[in-house]
Amino acid sequence: MAIEIENNIAANTGLKTEHMILNMGPQHPSTHGVLRLELELEGEIIKKVTPHIGYLHRCFEKHAEAMSYPQVVPYVDRMDYLASMYNEFGYAIAVEKLLGIQVPERVEYIRVIMGEFQRIASHLVALGTYGADIGAVTPFLFCFRDREKILSLFEMTCGARLLYNYIWPGGVSHDLHPDFIRQAKEFIPYFRPKIKELNDLLSYNKIFIDRTANVGILPLETAINYGISGPNLRASGFKWDLRKDDTYSIYNKFDFDIPVGKGLKGTVGDCWDRYFVRVLEMEESLKIIEQALDQIPEGDVTSAIPKRIKPPVGQVYSRVENPRGELGYFIMSNGSLNPFRVKARGPSFVHLGIMNELCKGHMVADIIAILGSIDIVLGEVDR
Amino acid sequence: MKTAQDIFNTLKEKFSDSIIELISSQPVESFITVNPLEINKVCLFLRDNEELLFDNLMNLSGVDDANGKTIPDGDSGTKIEGGTLSVYYHIESTKLKHKLTLKTSSSRENPEVVSVEQVWRHADWHEREAYDLFGINFLNHPDLRRILMPYDWEFGFPLRKDYKNPEFYQGMKVPN
Repeated sequence: MAIEIENNIAANTGLKTEHMILNMGPQHPSTHGVLRLELELEGEIIKKVTPHIGYLHRCFEKHAEAMSYPQVVPYVDRMDYLASMYNEFGYAIAVEKLLGIQVPERVEYIRVIMGEFQRIASHLVALGTYGADIGAVTPFLFCFRDREKILSLFEMTCGARLLYNYIWPGGVSHDLHPDFIRQAKEFIPYFRPKIKELNDLLSYNKIFIDRTANVGILPLETAINYGISGPNLRASGFKWDLRKDDTYSIYNKFDFDIPVGKGLKGTVGDCWDRYFVRVLEMEESLKIIEQALDQIPEGDVTSAIPKRIKPPVGQVYSRVENPRGELGYFIMSNGSLNPFRVKARGPSFVHLGIMNELCKGHMVADIIAILGSIDIVLGEVDR
Repeated sequence: MKTAQDIFNTLKEKFSDSIIELISSQPVESFITVNPLEINKVCLFLRDNEELLFDNLMNLSGVDDANGKTIPDGDSGTKIEGGTLSVYYHIESTKLKHKLTLKTSSSRENPEVVSVEQVWRHADWHEREAYDLFGINFLNHPDLRRILMPYDWEFGFPLRKDYKNPEFYQGMKVPN
């Protein structure tokens, strides 16, 4: 239709029409950080989106080469700052693989509990800010209220609320606070009804559904070809979760489901599916935490931490299921105290690459809905 | 589910000279080295062969092997001459659940690797990153420009082991 109008104008007036270039960002409230999108528009229809990144580039990989293995951990925190625990978790597993060491069982339980709490906290930010992007400010405040409770649990464990430096190669820095298990157990019955509250407020809200259902549909084939992982891949209807499909730590001991997108309000793989998969995942994380809190054994948590980390010559690619998707670390060792090369394959970096494919043919206003639904953290995109 | 040895044999049969060797000494993850100018054909075969079906590129990373000679650069520092830059490809099959690592090396002076962007679109940004940080030239890549560094960065490739910070960038002093 747009082309028809264009041709008519050209025929009747002899005037030429051309696409407009619109710049969105780098400072824009809905880009969740410093990201610039260059939009090529025909009227209000998007023809092409070119993301420009690198505004937060802090040379993590170069820094890592000048640090010893344990010194890299605080840098890893600062990549995906909404899921720091999981970044450390992934890094610790990669280094342990390189060293060939086993960690005590209590450490594995602590890591899983922290990892799953982090997943809930991260999803709460994703869902809350997504609602705020689309115009629903109240759920944002509700989500942050609940996230605060999780951050308090983290603070109790390691003293920090956002960037923890808690999970180290070989163990964790401190044992749990004596009151941690009780407070964590209290959180679960507190939080379950809050998920229903979020559903009533936002998930099944008519306006929200109108803005997100059938928008930004991501077919499965395209998703795999673009390397999409995590909730975004599952929303396209593929039951794929590294916690089960390439299991690590002690995830095989727990009983939980992998929610997938079903296209309840529109088509499989649309924005609403991507949103709703995250809501369902929070419930699964609660299940894991519940089981882990019941089974956690006593033991020493620092006994396996090596005094000096000096892995043999070699290389490893190790990956974990971060709240956003597949977080991989490629670490090369040349037998010295510093890593020879560390590459972090962050899910946000990969997911941002699909923006053009998802936005083509949509309206300008849909960009906000699509960008929010793939849930990126710019700290990890730029590293 | 196939082992690296099985896949190596299949590839050797099909491509003979482009497949160089299989390195499987512990504790190194085993990987197959491939000719950089044939990598796209090998990858396409790995993706489409019904017994292999490597549909997912997990990660692609450039590496500076730093295996050349270190010589003085005439300006109180040193630089590396000769040696290789490598690219590692970590691929997996989501259907058959096997994984494989490929490696390809090209000379430091003229690092050229054929792009696999047409095989897995995922490689697009990773190749741009490897170009940006290592200066590896991906042939046939549709849009090879810098990605993390500024577009007008003309002081070399930061992740090379002999990279030196410039003193000034656009009139601003670069802190050390």
